[in-house]
Amino acid sequence: MSAKTQTYLWLIQRLSAAVLALCVLVHLATLIYAVRGGLSAAEILGRTRGNLAWFAFYSIFVFAVTLHVPIGLRAVLSEWLGWRGAGRDLALLGFGVLLAWGGMRAVMAVFL
Amino acid sequence: MSATLRVRVWRGAAQGGFQAFEVPRHASQTVLDVVTYIQRSLDPTLAYRFACRVGMCGSCAMTVNGAPRWTCRTHVDRVAGNGALEIAPLRNLPVIRDLVTDMREFFDKLARAKGYFHGRLSKKDDFAQVKPDSPARVQADAGIECIGCAVCYSACDVVKWNPDYLGPAALNRAWTLVNDERDAAKEERLRAVAGDAGCHACHTHMSCTERCPKHISPTAAIAGLKREVAALFVKTG
Repeated sequence: MSAKTQTYLWLIQRLSAAVLALCVLVHLATLIYAVRGGLSAAEILGRTRGNLAWFAFYSIFVFAVTLHVPIGLRAVLSEWLGWRGAGRDLALLGFGVLLAWGGMRAVMAVFL
Repeated sequence: MSATLRVRVWRGAAQGGFQAFEVPRHASQTVLDVVTYIQRSLDPTLAYRFACRVGMCGSCAMTVNGAPRWTCRTHVDRVAGNGALEIAPLRNLPVIRDLVTDMREFFDKLARAKGYFHGRLSKKDDFAQVKPDSPARVQADAGIECIGCAVCYSACDVVKWNPDYLGPAALNRAWTLVNDERDAAKEERLRAVAGDAGCHACHTHMSCTERCPKHISPTAAIAGLKREVAALFVKTG
């Protein structure tokens, strides 16, 4: 992998971190608000189902996670386990796909 | 202050062990004084490296009670409150013998980071005029006093985990040159310090900044490089 690609990965990780910081704040604030209000699961689903705004928000959340986590793990795997090279990057690509699939499955579960 | 210091000194190379010595304690004694006393009065076979003794040459750095330090300017009083000293070679560099490390890789990385000036003027040209208070010059000045002692390199965990990583000193040097308006190799240098082996591997632990005896902040220099390199690649595609 070229130094340029590695630099882009660094940039993507920083940008996705900025998105995640916002997403986590909104997510936690919503969570606390919903729990304090005593909303039931059915009531929460009533608000999220068919709501395009929440769908878009959590899709962005999942997308940012999908980008951020594998890039971070890339450094962890190489520095702590000494795993470098194309094999590691391919495995992380697979892990990213898994994160996207799992994340979007959860998003669809509260949207549909 | 007790009359003697209990000193444990690393003997051997990668394999070896600590040897204990008793050294008379004096006022204003430096760690380098202690090592010199051991070699001159107790065991002449002890290998260590020093030159200027006044904090200019950067050759006497060692690991003192677990932390990398310049030994000629480190007073025993500051680091051996309980009268005990443990002196070892610098971390992250191969040990040649006792307290002497092989610093080739450290200096090779300065070259790999293109840490040398590349001028564009000839002797026929007039002197370049650089405003001392220009923002770029202020950035360059902040890192220019590096003495190449490798204390930062020894303190850096990323160097330990990623042997290809150029390290704080080389990147700090690159940053001073990136900010030198007389230098003609800015883009080439930014490309040399990009990516996993370069500035983008830094985790901002700041061990280099904490340990630098010249109070330079390689962390700040590396942060600057990260931004400049990213901007270059975004701009040029």
